Amino acid sequence: MTMTRRDLISGGGKLLLLASAAATWAELTGAEPAGDAYRVADHWWGMLVDIDKCIGCGNCVRGCSNENHVPAGFFRTWVERYEISVDSPTTAQPHVESPEGAINGFPPSTNENVKSFFVPKLCNHCADSPCVQVCPVGATFVSPDGVVLVDQNYCLGCRYCIQACPYGTRFINPETQTADKCTLCYHRITKGLTTACCENCPTGARQLVDFKNPKDPIHAILRESKVQVLKPYMATGAKVYYKSLDGAVR
Amino acid sequence: MIPGVDGFMYPNEVELQWSLLIVLYPYITGLVAGAFILASLERVFKVDAVRPTYRLALLTALAFLLVAPLPLQLHLGHPERSFEMYLTPHRSSAMAMFGFVYLWYLTVVLLVEVWLEYRADIVRLSKTTSGFKRLVYKILTLGSDNVSPAALRIDDKVGYAVTVIGIPSAFLLHGYVGFIFGSIKANPWWSTPLMPVVFLFSAMVSGIAAVMVLYMASMKLRKTPIDMSCVDTIGKYLFYTFIIDFTLEMLDLIHRTYESDESFRSLDFMVHTRLWFSQVILQIILGTLVPLLLLAAAQFLKLAAGVRRSIYAVACLLTLVGIFAMRWNVVIGGQLFSKSFLGYTTYKVQFAAREGLLPALGLMILPFVIFVVLVKLLPPWGEQPGHASASGD
Repeated sequence: MTMTRRDLISGGGKLLLLASAAATWAELTGAEPAGDAYRVADHWWGMLVDIDKCIGCGNCVRGCSNENHVPAGFFRTWVERYEISVDSPTTAQPHVESPEGAINGFPPSTNENVKSFFVPKLCNHCADSPCVQVCPVGATFVSPDGVVLVDQNYCLGCRYCIQACPYGTRFINPETQTADKCTLCYHRITKGLTTACCENCPTGARQLVDFKNPKDPIHAILRESKVQVLKPYMATGAKVYYKSLDGAVR
Repeated sequence: MIPGVDGFMYPNEVELQWSLLIVLYPYITGLVAGAFILASLERVFKVDAVRPTYRLALLTALAFLLVAPLPLQLHLGHPERSFEMYLTPHRSSAMAMFGFVYLWYLTVVLLVEVWLEYRADIVRLSKTTSGFKRLVYKILTLGSDNVSPAALRIDDKVGYAVTVIGIPSAFLLHGYVGFIFGSIKANPWWSTPLMPVVFLFSAMVSGIAAVMVLYMASMKLRKTPIDMSCVDTIGKYLFYTFIIDFTLEMLDLIHRTYESDESFRSLDFMVHTRLWFSQVILQIILGTLVPLLLLAAAQFLKLAAGVRRSIYAVACLLTLVGIFAMRWNVVIGGQLFSKSFLGYTTYKVQFAAREGLLPALGLMILPFVIFVVLVKLLPPWGEQPGHASASGD
């Protein structure tokens, strides 16, 4: 059988029509594309921060700021430098700083006789989050895969969630006048990517973890290492775990 | 170094989230609840001596209640979305209930009680006035112009029932405002189960003081003698309520000091520095101890009527300042320290900004304007018959 140019164009046209019809059908019925489809029920996101690996470079803060267009002066993530007196570690208040959220890293420390370390901070994506509890309209919610998000089109801007967050991770976005915070780069992780802060961390101090993935290294770390969450007495079900966290950190 | 910041604040904490307008919100709702409870003294608890202030207290409560949501509206980032609280309230949120508590109190309690109390007057005025006023009163009768003794008896009974419902509602209104703060576990300055109770008693104190001042000022303006037995009785109730309020606040303070948990060092520093004037000087000394001493003197010393009147006026005005300072210390004080307990920030009131001093002053003047309009429309003066229902009529 010989195929004329006319047959080729006609057959190709039909094929194109069929393909677009199938795509429209998939869109209408909500059918997910085959292959690496993202299913919310298969994930439960969190993060692991290894204090010993953080060098305070501020790459994570810059990466987050660029990726998420965080307004200047506000922070979805930041890094703190703790300096605890070696002479009286239990009684002296630690000296803590985070110049501009460490977006430009830290200047060299001038303090001597101190134990010094860096603590990256972000929303803890709590399982029992106080911010979700207090939102009067439910604009702040936990996604089925465990990420605390804010619906910018619904938030009243009452700021109750900011008051309720024990970790200071929320702010009012001056452009939208709504509550803003870390989304765990939801737009990235649902496409199989990692968060901007993890991607930009040169030492691997920050690792996105999926508690529902049996192959995720977090399970071995939780089994074998000493880990802690911030302010455990708040009982918020924080899902950002810290390895080698000092008791002085608040 | 960030200007106005001592020590370390989380970077997003430097700016305060709840401003002067949110100080006004509990202050105004407190005045509403307190004024209503004073009104209920006469209506439900048959304290006849305070009858001259009954209608005045109702109108005061109504005037302030109408203004109560305005500071919240002005404060919201998206006031146009506030109606969502009615349409899709989040049931676990303490704040989501505000709209419902407010509407309940306004429509079911206060408007109904004011209308029932004034119905006979409204009907009379709808017949004796002319022109626009007549039309207004005609509308206010809501088509009910039966003022027969039987109808008035029903008014009285229903009014009594509404007041009985109104007392727990007033408690709910302001206790609830205290709960909004008291249930925030992230903030140790706010997080205490005593907060709703302290808010409630301070509300009663401020409401009683406000009605007493308004009553005395009105009498002065109208060149009418002040009913001394009335102000003495109100003074007595103010004194006792104030003692309970002060005891609760001191209990909270002593408890915090004795427990000295991890937040104590931070809070103690704050009270001795940034809150020294507003908390120690204004709230505790000038706003509480001085009025308590003045009220005690009026209670226990044999003083001339003129002296007692002056004492009540000064004590009530100081009380109103003290309770405002208390609201300030709760709302603003709770945001001046870092949740890391390692630093402190500063709050500077702006003047002509959206949440500045100017709108705040406007919002504090507005209830008085509404009050004057209400008094013109529904005069609270003159000898009013007592309410009989409580005695089982």
